[in-house]
Amino acid sequence: MISIIIFAVLLLLGFGFFAMNVNKIRTNILMGRDVDRSDNKGERLKVMSLIALGQKKMFKKPIPAILHLCLYVAFVVTQIELLEIIADGLTGEHRVFREALGGFYTFIISFIEVLSVLAFVATFIFLARRNLLKIPRFNMKEMKGWPKIDGNMILVMELILVTFIFMMNGADEVLYSQGLSHAENLGDQSFGFAISQFVGPALFGGMSESSLIIVERIGWWGHILMVFTFLNYLPFSKHFHIILAFPNTYFSNLKPQGQFNNMEAVMKEVKLMMDPDADPYAVPEEGDEDAVVQRFGAKDVEDLTWKNLLDSYTCTECGRCTSSCPANQTGKLLSPRKIMMDTRDRLEEKGEGLRKNGKDYDDGKSLLNDYITEEELWACTSCNACVESCPVNIDPLSIIMDMRRYLVMEESKVPNELAGMISNIENNGAPWQFSPEDRLNWREEK
Amino acid sequence: MSDLMKVPTMAEMTANGEVPEILFWVGCSGSFDDRAKKITKAIVKILNKCEVKFAVLGAEESCTGDPAKRAGNEFVFQMQAMQNIEVLNGYEIKKIVTGCPHCFNTMKNEYPELGGNYDVVHHTQLIQSLIEEGRLQVAGGDTFKGKKITFHDPCYLGRGNNVYEAPREMLSKLDAELVEMRNCKAKGLCCGAGGAQMFKEAEKGDKEVNVKRTEEAMEVKPNIIATGCPFCNTMMTDGVKNKDQENNIQVIDVAELIATAADL
Ligand code: HEM
Ligand code: SF4
Ligand code: SF4
Repeated sequence: MISIIIFAVLLLLGFGFFAMNVNKIRTNILMGRDVDRSDNKGERLKVMSLIALGQKKMFKKPIPAILHLCLYVAFVVTQIELLEIIADGLTGEHRVFREALGGFYTFIISFIEVLSVLAFVATFIFLARRNLLKIPRFNMKEMKGWPKIDGNMILVMELILVTFIFMMNGADEVLYSQGLSHAENLGDQSFGFAISQFVGPALFGGMSESSLIIVERIGWWGHILMVFTFLNYLPFSKHFHIILAFPNTYFSNLKPQGQFNNMEAVMKEVKLMMDPDADPYAVPEEGDEDAVVQRFGAKDVEDLTWKNLLDSYTCTECGRCTSSCPANQTGKLLSPRKIMMDTRDRLEEKGEGLRKNGKDYDDGKSLLNDYITEEELWACTSCNACVESCPVNIDPLSIIMDMRRYLVMEESKVPNELAGMISNIENNGAPWQFSPEDRLNWREEK
Repeated sequence: MSDLMKVPTMAEMTANGEVPEILFWVGCSGSFDDRAKKITKAIVKILNKCEVKFAVLGAEESCTGDPAKRAGNEFVFQMQAMQNIEVLNGYEIKKIVTGCPHCFNTMKNEYPELGGNYDVVHHTQLIQSLIEEGRLQVAGGDTFKGKKITFHDPCYLGRGNNVYEAPREMLSKLDAELVEMRNCKAKGLCCGAGGAQMFKEAEKGDKEVNVKRTEEAMEVKPNIIATGCPFCNTMMTDGVKNKDQENNIQVIDVAELIATAADL
């Protein structure tokens, strides 16, 4: 009875704390400007199924894709066992699904065990890949410190989790074969699970009943505790991608990647300038939200769209964007992954500040300058390689562009040569100093 | 002026009461840059050879605004766009072919919201469809026999708008060997010119992007690097010079290659 109460309290705390942190993140994301992604539901579902569920873009690099697939499928299928653990925990029963499901139960648990072994192996390889092989995308500047610890921590947790599963099933198997398990005895000698029917006797075969029970309970409680730890670690980690990958791909940009948005605030002003009949002093229509004076472009996180902010929490820090970036490949400061990590870190900082000190709080910092420098922004060629390579459809380029817009339109901070190019366009309709009358000279030239 | 170099302007056509099949949007580079003008002429020759009734805007054409937009100046972009749209709508233009992927992307994707709705194609798409319809015969000739050609994807044609096949199909008509770089199509590396980089010095780094891309091209030992964008052409030409390969590698637009193969 006591254990049921402890379990119920843990369950509530586990999910409650998780829900609270998810809600914080939700509030943070909603700080962003609006962008309409409510159209084309069918197309969006398709994109989500292919990219997140189907891992389509992961398979551009087959080896990590297959390793990751082991973890991914193992995780999803293991949720069935988790449901049983919760049911057992709340009822005080043991393996409640077994009798009802019969042979199917044996199949499911066996499947989970096989996947867990695959996941265990994949996790080891991931750890080796991160720490032994010098893969450049895991060893760049922005990956020093917490991001590196985070990456390893997740993998270690995964190993512990799997170890607990086999302690639980293995010891229970030995107990069951001796007729000592709490599970309902169905008159057979073994659970018949694919891995633990061998691993159990091999590891725990010689143990006494009380030791076996202890091992089994450590496995059971350890497993569920790890699950809660893991769950509550998610919102503080790049590992949150396991949830956000789905909404993030659903809300993908469906337009051609080359298309940049036309800024609405500018459209209004340009229309006024071009239209001789327009009344520049016209009162904005009632309920017109854009009447609130907004900055041109983005200086801080609240100037970005909620999709940019969702992107930042979804980022897996895999670095595929950065390793495909021409600026980064040629030694420039720019790294699209760093743009995403900076956006998330600043958003966390700003959100926390606002929650603590009220909604008018200003910490005097901003994403621009305190996190991202002008030098990074101006190195981008707008080539879309980062967008194309992101396995979860993140768009670092639109953040870069919005920050350039702020620099240019709000602060007139533009590299000299570009200022010249822009004034050429304004004055003679070409980025160079040629006269518009000479545009057709090529027709006569030999 | 030979028949193949006939270039009517919209103003001239309209004065004669004629309506063109398609407007050829030349672009700033194609109008003013000496190297790019040769690409422009190749496109013109192909259009005339196929008896496509086309016109250019000439002095009425102005920058699409793409470099201003990518440099962060949305005002100048939209002013340019509105002026161009006024001219284009004034002539009731329906279909446009551009000689530059940046003009193509901007007019196809960014103009509609501002009131400019046209059917916009890139010159590789148009020429490819002319070949497919049998309007253009590409004999192949001996010019390219035994030559290795590699195609450098322009970002705004490829990743930007998913046009990967048209230029490749054109190149396959040549009697040459088409080789792909390690990073091609969606994985193609930028030439370094986009996002207004063409008009400024690069940020501090350890290499120029165009040199890096030229090195990637050199891995497949091509005789010709084929391009589909006047800016890529400039960047790759500079890259080849930087690597002292001018005598071994030529940088040529697909339109020029087709024009040569068709004896134009
Ligand atoms: C739902 C269960 C999922 C689990 C348990 C999971 C687990 C993991 C783990 C443990 C890593 C770290 C691997 C490493 O150390 O490099 C990782 C990385 C990653 N995951 Fe997931 N993931 C899940 C879902 C997804 C989904 C739906 C996507 C969407 C495509 C995704 C995309 C990625 C990417 C891009 C990385 C970085 C991989 C790399 O470095 O190449 N994950 N995931
Ligand atoms: S769009 Fe900019 S940030 Fe992204 S890969 Fe290209 S140069 Fe790098
Ligand atoms: S933005 Fe995408 S590609 Fe880049 S590190 Fe994050 S998840 Fe990986």
